[in-house]
Amino acid sequence: MIGTAQESTTIRRTDMRIRKSTKFEATNISAREAICSMIARLEDNGLPREKSGAVEIALSEAINNVVEHAYSDDPHGTVHAVTELTAKYLTIEIRDTGRPYPDLQLPAGKPADLERPVSDLPEGGFGWFLIRELTDYLSYQRNKGENILILRFDLSMPGKARLP
Amino acid sequence: MEIALTSTLSEKAQIVSVNATRIDAAMAIQFKEDMRTETQSGEGRIILDLSTVDFIDSSGLGAIVAAMKQLGSDRKLDLAGLTPTVDKVFRLTRMDTVFNLFATLDEALEVAAK
Repeated sequence: MIGTAQESTTIRRTDMRIRKSTKFEATNISAREAICSMIARLEDNGLPREKSGAVEIALSEAINNVVEHAYSDDPHGTVHAVTELTAKYLTIEIRDTGRPYPDLQLPAGKPADLERPVSDLPEGGFGWFLIRELTDYLSYQRNKGENILILRFDLSMPGKARLP
Repeated sequence: MEIALTSTLSEKAQIVSVNATRIDAAMAIQFKEDMRTETQSGEGRIILDLSTVDFIDSSGLGAIVAAMKQLGSDRKLDLAGLTPTVDKVFRLTRMDTVFNLFATLDEALEVAAK
Protein backbone atom coordinates (compact mmCIF):
# COMPACT_ATOMS: atom_id res chain seq x y z
CA MET A 1 0.00 0.00 0.00
CA ILE A 2 1.28 3.41 -0.81
CA GLY A 3 1.47 5.81 2.09
CA THR A 4 2.20 9.48 2.30
CA ALA A 5 3.93 11.58 -0.31
CA GLN A 6 7.67 11.28 -0.81
CA GLU A 7 9.97 13.91 -2.16
CA SER A 8 10.29 13.64 -5.89
CA THR A 9 13.38 11.79 -7.15
CA THR A 10 13.49 9.65 -3.98
CA ILE A 11 14.13 6.02 -4.80
CA ARG A 12 13.86 3.44 -2.05
CA ARG A 13 15.05 -0.04 -2.79
CA THR A 14 13.68 -2.45 -0.22
CA ASP A 15 13.31 -5.94 -1.48
CA MET A 16 13.01 -4.73 -5.08
CA ARG A 17 10.43 -2.13 -4.22
CA ILE A 18 11.02 0.98 -6.28
CA ARG A 19 8.98 3.99 -5.35
CA LYS A 20 8.84 7.25 -7.24
CA SER A 21 6.84 10.37 -6.68
CA THR A 22 5.96 13.07 -9.21
CA LYS A 23 4.00 16.31 -8.90
CA PHE A 24 2.80 18.28 -11.86
CA GLU A 25 0.36 20.97 -12.90
CA ALA A 26 -3.02 19.73 -14.09
CA THR A 27 -2.67 20.74 -17.75
CA ASN A 28 -2.67 18.43 -20.76
CA ILE A 29 0.90 19.36 -21.66
CA SER A 30 2.32 18.84 -18.14
CA ALA A 31 0.33 15.62 -17.87
CA ARG A 32 1.88 14.35 -21.11
CA GLU A 33 5.41 15.11 -19.87
CA ALA A 34 4.75 13.46 -16.52
CA ILE A 35 3.18 10.35 -18.08
CA CYS A 36 6.08 9.93 -20.54
CA SER A 37 8.71 10.30 -17.84
CA MET A 38 6.87 7.96 -15.43
CA ILE A 39 6.60 5.26 -18.10
CA ALA A 40 10.24 5.68 -19.18
CA ARG A 41 11.39 5.38 -15.55
CA LEU A 42 9.19 2.35 -14.91
CA GLU A 43 10.63 0.64 -17.99
CA ASP A 44 14.17 1.53 -16.81
CA ASN A 45 13.30 -0.01 -13.46
CA GLY A 46 12.11 -3.24 -14.99
CA LEU A 47 8.45 -2.87 -16.00
CA PRO A 48 8.21 -5.33 -18.92
CA ARG A 49 7.73 -3.58 -22.26
CA GLU A 50 4.80 -5.78 -23.16
CA LYS A 51 2.98 -4.41 -20.12
CA SER A 52 4.01 -0.79 -20.29
CA GLY A 53 1.57 0.00 -23.11
CA ALA A 54 -1.40 -1.12 -21.04
CA VAL A 55 -0.08 0.78 -18.00
CA GLU A 56 0.42 3.93 -20.08
CA ILE A 57 -3.15 3.78 -21.40
CA ALA A 58 -4.74 3.33 -17.96
CA LEU A 59 -2.47 5.92 -16.33
CA SER A 60 -3.20 8.47 -19.07
CA GLU A 61 -6.95 7.97 -18.80
CA ALA A 62 -6.85 8.37 -15.01
CA ILE A 63 -4.75 11.54 -15.20
CA ASN A 64 -6.80 12.99 -18.09
CA ASN A 65 -9.89 12.59 -15.91
CA VAL A 66 -8.24 14.61 -13.15
CA VAL A 67 -7.25 17.37 -15.60
CA GLU A 68 -10.59 17.47 -17.42
CA HIS A 69 -13.09 16.74 -14.64
CA ALA A 70 -11.69 17.13 -11.11
CA TYR A 71 -9.85 20.34 -12.03
CA SER A 72 -12.10 21.56 -14.83
CA ASP A 73 -12.62 24.87 -12.94
CA ASP A 74 -9.07 25.15 -11.65
CA PRO A 75 -6.24 25.86 -14.08
CA HIS A 76 -3.66 25.71 -11.30
CA GLY A 77 -4.46 22.34 -9.78
CA THR A 78 -1.68 19.96 -8.83
CA VAL A 79 -1.61 16.24 -9.51
CA HIS A 80 0.52 13.99 -7.35
CA ALA A 81 1.37 10.54 -8.66
CA VAL A 82 3.31 7.84 -6.82
CA THR A 83 4.40 4.64 -8.51
CA GLU A 84 5.53 1.58 -6.60
CA LEU A 85 7.07 -1.26 -8.57
CA THR A 86 7.82 -4.71 -7.20
CA ALA A 87 8.47 -7.97 -9.02
CA LYS A 88 4.78 -8.86 -8.67
CA TYR A 89 2.87 -5.60 -8.83
CA LEU A 90 2.88 -2.09 -10.12
CA THR A 91 0.77 0.20 -7.98
CA ILE A 92 0.04 3.78 -9.02
CA GLU A 93 -1.57 6.25 -6.65
CA ILE A 94 -2.96 9.48 -8.08
CA ARG A 95 -3.94 12.30 -5.74
CA ASP A 96 -5.63 15.60 -6.47
CA THR A 97 -7.61 18.20 -4.56
CA GLY A 98 -10.19 18.80 -7.28
CA ARG A 99 -13.85 17.86 -7.33
CA PRO A 100 -14.77 14.41 -6.04
CA TYR A 101 -16.39 11.81 -8.26
CA PRO A 102 -20.21 12.06 -8.17
CA ASP A 103 -21.60 10.08 -5.19
CA LEU A 104 -17.95 9.23 -4.37
CA GLN A 105 -18.21 6.37 -6.86
CA LEU A 106 -15.98 5.60 -9.79
CA PRO A 107 -17.85 5.54 -13.12
CA ALA A 108 -19.02 2.12 -14.28
CA GLY A 109 -17.06 2.36 -17.53
CA LYS A 110 -19.50 0.55 -19.77
CA PRO A 111 -18.38 -0.28 -23.31
CA ALA A 112 -19.39 2.35 -25.84
CA ASP A 113 -22.43 1.66 -28.01
CA LEU A 114 -21.10 1.39 -31.56
CA GLU A 115 -24.25 -0.06 -33.13
CA ARG A 116 -25.38 3.24 -34.53
CA PRO A 117 -24.92 5.41 -37.62
CA VAL A 118 -21.48 6.95 -38.13
CA SER A 119 -22.87 10.42 -37.42
CA ASP A 120 -23.90 9.25 -33.91
CA LEU A 121 -20.70 7.41 -32.97
CA PRO A 122 -19.31 8.44 -29.58
CA GLU A 123 -16.19 10.64 -29.51
CA GLY A 124 -15.57 10.15 -25.81
CA GLY A 125 -16.57 8.18 -22.77
CA PHE A 126 -14.03 5.41 -23.34
CA GLY A 127 -11.73 6.33 -20.45
CA TRP A 128 -13.22 4.41 -17.54
CA PHE A 129 -13.92 1.40 -19.69
CA LEU A 130 -10.22 1.29 -20.63
CA ILE A 131 -9.08 1.78 -17.03
CA ARG A 132 -11.32 -1.04 -15.81
CA GLU A 133 -10.23 -3.34 -18.64
CA LEU A 134 -6.53 -2.76 -18.07
CA THR A 135 -6.15 -2.72 -14.28
CA ASP A 136 -6.30 -5.68 -11.91
CA TYR A 137 -7.36 -3.67 -8.87
CA LEU A 138 -8.86 -0.21 -8.38
CA SER A 139 -9.75 1.85 -5.36
CA TYR A 140 -11.02 5.36 -4.82
CA GLN A 141 -11.26 7.36 -1.62
CA ARG A 142 -12.09 10.95 -0.81
CA ASN A 143 -10.13 12.01 2.24
CA LYS A 144 -9.77 15.54 3.66
CA GLY A 145 -10.56 17.20 0.37
CA GLU A 146 -8.31 14.91 -1.60
CA ASN A 147 -9.18 12.33 -4.27
CA ILE A 148 -7.02 9.23 -3.91
CA LEU A 149 -7.20 6.80 -6.80
CA ILE A 150 -5.17 3.61 -6.79
CA LEU A 151 -4.53 1.53 -9.90
CA ARG A 152 -2.77 -1.80 -9.57
CA PHE A 153 -1.37 -4.07 -12.26
CA ASP A 154 -0.47 -7.67 -11.61
CA LEU A 155 2.90 -8.33 -13.21
CA SER A 156 3.38 -11.95 -12.15
CA MET A 157 0.37 -13.45 -13.92
CA PRO A 158 -0.67 -13.09 -17.55
CA GLY A 159 -3.15 -10.65 -15.99
CA LYS A 160 -4.87 -7.84 -17.78
CA ALA A 161 -1.84 -5.60 -18.27
CA ARG A 162 -0.64 -7.45 -21.31
CA LEU A 163 -0.74 -7.01 -25.02
CA PRO A 164 -2.76 -9.59 -26.95
CA MET B 1 1.50 25.47 -33.60
CA GLU B 2 3.25 23.05 -35.89
CA ILE B 3 1.03 21.24 -38.37
CA ALA B 4 0.47 17.69 -37.19
CA LEU B 5 -0.32 16.09 -40.52
CA THR B 6 1.14 15.66 -44.00
CA SER B 7 -0.98 14.66 -46.94
CA THR B 8 0.07 12.93 -50.14
CA LEU B 9 -2.08 11.80 -53.03
CA SER B 10 -1.66 8.41 -54.61
CA GLU B 11 -3.71 7.17 -57.52
CA LYS B 12 -6.29 5.49 -55.35
CA ALA B 13 -6.24 7.32 -52.05
CA GLN B 14 -5.22 10.36 -50.10
CA ILE B 15 -2.58 9.27 -47.60
CA VAL B 16 -2.42 11.32 -44.41
CA SER B 17 0.61 10.77 -42.19
CA VAL B 18 1.06 12.04 -38.65
CA ASN B 19 4.06 14.18 -37.68
CA ALA B 20 3.84 13.20 -34.04
CA THR B 21 4.43 10.18 -31.83
CA ARG B 22 1.36 10.72 -29.64
CA ILE B 23 -2.28 11.54 -30.30
CA ASP B 24 -3.24 12.32 -26.72
CA ALA B 25 -5.33 14.83 -24.80
CA ALA B 26 -2.75 17.56 -25.49
CA MET B 27 -2.93 16.86 -29.24
CA ALA B 28 -6.52 15.79 -29.89
CA ILE B 29 -8.07 19.15 -30.80
CA GLN B 30 -5.22 20.11 -33.12
CA PHE B 31 -5.36 16.68 -34.74
CA LYS B 32 -9.08 17.01 -35.41
CA GLU B 33 -8.69 20.53 -36.85
CA ASP B 34 -5.72 19.51 -39.02
CA MET B 35 -7.67 16.50 -40.31
CA ARG B 36 -10.47 18.85 -41.28
CA THR B 37 -7.99 21.07 -43.16
CA GLU B 38 -6.40 18.10 -44.93
CA THR B 39 -9.64 16.39 -45.92
CA GLN B 40 -12.11 19.19 -46.61
CA SER B 41 -11.25 19.25 -50.30
CA GLY B 42 -10.63 16.16 -52.36
CA GLU B 43 -12.62 13.01 -52.68
CA GLY B 44 -12.50 9.26 -52.26
CA ARG B 45 -10.65 7.14 -49.81
CA ILE B 46 -8.35 8.46 -47.09
CA ILE B 47 -5.72 6.28 -45.45
CA LEU B 48 -4.47 7.62 -42.13
CA ASP B 49 -0.96 6.24 -41.65
CA LEU B 50 -0.43 5.84 -37.89
CA SER B 51 2.97 4.12 -38.09
CA THR B 52 4.73 7.05 -36.39
CA VAL B 53 2.26 7.07 -33.50
CA ASP B 54 3.40 5.07 -30.44
CA PHE B 55 0.57 6.10 -28.19
CA ILE B 56 -3.05 7.13 -28.34
CA ASP B 57 -5.48 7.77 -25.50
CA SER B 58 -9.27 8.03 -25.54
CA SER B 59 -9.08 11.73 -26.49
CA GLY B 60 -7.01 10.81 -29.53
CA LEU B 61 -9.37 7.97 -30.36
CA GLY B 62 -12.28 10.41 -30.10
CA ALA B 63 -10.44 12.80 -32.43
CA ILE B 64 -10.05 10.07 -35.07
CA VAL B 65 -13.77 9.24 -34.76
CA ALA B 66 -14.55 12.96 -35.08
CA ALA B 67 -12.30 13.18 -38.15
CA MET B 68 -14.31 10.40 -39.77
CA LYS B 69 -17.63 12.04 -38.86
CA GLN B 70 -16.64 15.37 -40.39
CA LEU B 71 -15.90 13.76 -43.78
CA GLY B 72 -18.24 14.07 -46.70
CA SER B 73 -20.51 11.07 -47.17
CA ASP B 74 -18.59 10.04 -50.31
CA ARG B 75 -15.33 9.66 -48.39
CA LYS B 76 -14.03 6.77 -46.32
CA LEU B 77 -11.32 6.76 -43.64
CA ASP B 78 -9.14 3.65 -43.26
CA LEU B 79 -6.30 3.28 -40.74
CA ALA B 80 -2.89 1.78 -41.40
CA GLY B 81 0.32 1.02 -39.54
CA LEU B 82 -1.08 0.67 -36.03
CA THR B 83 1.67 0.17 -33.44
CA PRO B 84 0.95 -2.27 -30.57
CA THR B 85 -0.44 0.21 -28.04
CA VAL B 86 -2.55 2.03 -30.64
CA ASP B 87 -3.89 -1.30 -31.89
CA LYS B 88 -4.75 -2.27 -28.30
CA VAL B 89 -6.87 0.86 -27.78
CA PHE B 90 -8.81 0.22 -31.00
CA ARG B 91 -9.44 -3.42 -30.15
CA LEU B 92 -10.40 -2.89 -26.50
CA THR B 93 -12.92 -0.19 -27.39
CA ARG B 94 -14.20 -2.29 -30.34
CA MET B 95 -13.40 0.59 -32.69
CA ASP B 96 -11.74 -2.08 -34.83
CA THR B 97 -15.32 -2.91 -35.88
CA VAL B 98 -15.92 0.67 -37.05
CA PHE B 99 -12.70 1.25 -39.02
CA ASN B 100 -10.80 -0.94 -41.45
CA LEU B 101 -7.39 -1.50 -39.87
CA PHE B 102 -4.35 -2.46 -41.93
CA ALA B 103 -1.02 -3.54 -40.47
CA THR B 104 0.93 -1.43 -42.95
CA LEU B 105 0.34 1.35 -45.43
CA ASP B 106 1.36 -1.01 -48.25
CA GLU B 107 -1.33 -3.45 -47.20
CA ALA B 108 -3.91 -0.70 -47.17
CA LEU B 109 -2.82 0.41 -50.65
CA GLU B 110 -2.95 -3.14 -52.01
CA VAL B 111 -6.57 -3.38 -51.04
CA ALA B 112 -7.22 -0.08 -52.80
CA ALA B 113 -5.66 -1.44 -55.98
CA LYS B 114 -8.11 -4.33 -56.15
